[in-house]
Amino acid sequence: MPAPAPLHLAAEIGGPPHDDTGRLVRLARTAEEGLLDFVTLADSFGGPGPDALGALARIAPETGRIGLVPTVTTTHTEPFHVQAGVATLDWVSRGRAGWRVDVSTSAAENRLVGRRETLGPAAAWAEAGEVAEVSRLLWDSWEDDAEIRDTSTGRFVDRDKLHYVDYRGTAFGIRGPSIVPRPPQGHPVTVVDASAAVSRDTAARHADVALLRARTAEEAAALGADLRARAAAHGRDPGALRILATLVVDLGDGPAASAPDGGHFGGSPAELADLIARWHAGGAVDGFHLVPLAPDTGLARFTRGTVAALRERGLFRDRYEDTTLRGHLRLARPASQYATTGGVS
Amino acid sequence: MTAGPTRPRKQIHLAAHFPGVNNTTVWADPRSGSQIDFASFVHLARTAERGLFDFFFLAEGLRLREHKGRVHDLDVVGRPESITVLNALAAVTDRLGLAATVNATFNEPWELARRLASLDLLSGGRAAWNVVTSSDAFTGENFRRGGFLDRADRYTRAAEFVAAARALWDAAGEGPRSFAWSGDHFAIAGESAPPRSPQGRPVVIQAGDSDEGREFAASAADIIFTRHGTLEAGRAFYRDVKRRLPGYGRREEDLKLMPGVTVVLGDTDADAQERAAEIRRQQISPQNAIHALELVWGRDLSAYDPDGPLPAVDPDPESALVQGRVRHADPFEAAARWRALSEEKGLSIRQTVIETTSRQSFIGTPSTVAAAMTEFVERDAADGFILVPHLTPGGLDDFVDTVVPLLQERGVFRTRYTGTTLREHLGLAGTGVEGLTA
Repeated sequence: MPAPAPLHLAAEIGGPPHDDTGRLVRLARTAEEGLLDFVTLADSFGGPGPDALGALARIAPETGRIGLVPTVTTTHTEPFHVQAGVATLDWVSRGRAGWRVDVSTSAAENRLVGRRETLGPAAAWAEAGEVAEVSRLLWDSWEDDAEIRDTSTGRFVDRDKLHYVDYRGTAFGIRGPSIVPRPPQGHPVTVVDASAAVSRDTAARHADVALLRARTAEEAAALGADLRARAAAHGRDPGALRILATLVVDLGDGPAASAPDGGHFGGSPAELADLIARWHAGGAVDGFHLVPLAPDTGLARFTRGTVAALRERGLFRDRYEDTTLRGHLRLARPASQYATTGGVS
Repeated sequence: MTAGPTRPRKQIHLAAHFPGVNNTTVWADPRSGSQIDFASFVHLARTAERGLFDFFFLAEGLRLREHKGRVHDLDVVGRPESITVLNALAAVTDRLGLAATVNATFNEPWELARRLASLDLLSGGRAAWNVVTSSDAFTGENFRRGGFLDRADRYTRAAEFVAAARALWDAAGEGPRSFAWSGDHFAIAGESAPPRSPQGRPVVIQAGDSDEGREFAASAADIIFTRHGTLEAGRAFYRDVKRRLPGYGRREEDLKLMPGVTVVLGDTDADAQERAAEIRRQQISPQNAIHALELVWGRDLSAYDPDGPLPAVDPDPESALVQGRVRHADPFEAAARWRALSEEKGLSIRQTVIETTSRQSFIGTPSTVAAAMTEFVERDAADGFILVPHLTPGGLDDFVDTVVPLLQERGVFRTRYTGTTLREHLGLAGTGVEGLTA
């Protein structure tokens, strides 16, 4: 009998108050004590609090193993800056960085830049895919062993191992190479929320982790099968795509609101463990991305109640077996595309 | 004899520069560590904080430098993105200011104002922004918009960028947080200002020496980051910049002049001079000497012997040999100066480059260096210094252990942090420049 697929768990730590750094540190540490794969921090281009990438960089040295996944929007930002920032988060966290790719389609956010036509969701998601693609090219633009420090020839790098990406997209072009040496994970983990149909193809092409909302295990399985089929159609190994169901959870600690579009759970920590075990055993999803309605109390209830119950059943890790986010997710560290193809510099 | 009331001595401000992608950094030294591992940044930042420095300073790169159409490989290549590293350093330091160099040409005011206000919030009021601009299409090839600007436009854009960022920072806090900015370069509006900055506004640093740069600094900067060779040159620059301040309704103490300097210490002054000469030889390897020559001449001079005489050919002023760095404004003048120096002193190519590219340095025993730094500041050639070590990450250890205590004994440097924010360390008013409308 094959061993059951490992269960992956992640949690959102965002929401007000936005200006309390100590709170973010506490929440990330709670998630780490629960041995979760990663935490997400929601954000938008016009977000009210500190930018999510900056906030997770701030808490990186105060945590040791947990993956750190800020939301980064791609519509108004410069792709070159975005990839450099995410690569740098990977350096300062020693291989624990991801990014949740998002778009910005509101007129209000557009006015913050004041220069661009407002993009519709389809165009914005297509562009987000281009940003994800060029980011991977730029992360690969330094081969892992490019730094040589050869004192005999006076050369710090082997420039044959630095590559121009010469990317030409619909809205931007980038020459490269990146300014940042290849990050510890090779590619920081790309996360895409595939709940909305408009984002699904971008997720299938570019995501390492796809998030989706579903009301039932059957619905989750159907959406997941669709994603994997699309991934395969794009020439990817569908088994290298991790699919996590996003659940807004109310563990008896917050206002009993219902989530706008399904994916809402209300009940006890033990009941949530039952649900997670059931969905996962049926193969519907690889894991769950929990969004506690009240993170300050809900996250601890989740880790001490639900996660502990899952661990007792042997369904979840009892220690971190790896130091990187890719390791937690059992995703291979990719080789540089240039190293494997021997692309010209 | 009774001591009369004494005027408090002018205090020195100190900052640390992370060694970067230029030939100041001696990567070939066996003590030289990683330029990218976070541990290197932690070591240098904590050393600076142990030394009660005002701030830690990071440069920026937007494209790898090229020479003869290929990536320049003789100096350190690559670095992390500044603001992200500084956010992480905020976790491992308590008081040290955190200064990021960020280009105003290839960014937009809302996004950058928010990122800087975030750094200020996440560090408890320690953020600074070193405003730089770019005018070359070479760098622009990595950016989707903005492209490049001509020299005049990039300063007007930078000035408007800073003014717009200030309007955004000022909109945070009390009352409705909506804002609007309309100018020649930006027309932006919103209902949500960036997060409230504990300093009111992050500290603004301006680097550069041109007349436009000085005027920009006088109008909008809290610190000017300069380079100048001698005490007299420093005093002239200091007078020139400070006298521009009243025109903007500002006081002399509202703008701090902090030149970038190197320090070489020894047990005796002669020992320190010997070490300094050895460091210069490390910085100017034979390959780097030819490279420096090619930067002036704009020609391939790889066939020349670095230990031989300067080339007899003239520079090529139209050359596109060099990309991603500033060329000499007048290569013929520079070449003539180099030749004169070489002939007068009988110097080889490498020796000439070593002589002509020397930076402002304090060389001597800790006591000699402390006295010289004090003199520079007391005679108004500077308000302090940005130290540029040649080693990563241990390059400031000796300075902090030996020179800082001597400055403290002299009463010209703090013995503890008295404030929590960078503005407080610098003795700047709460929200920077007052009386200046956006």
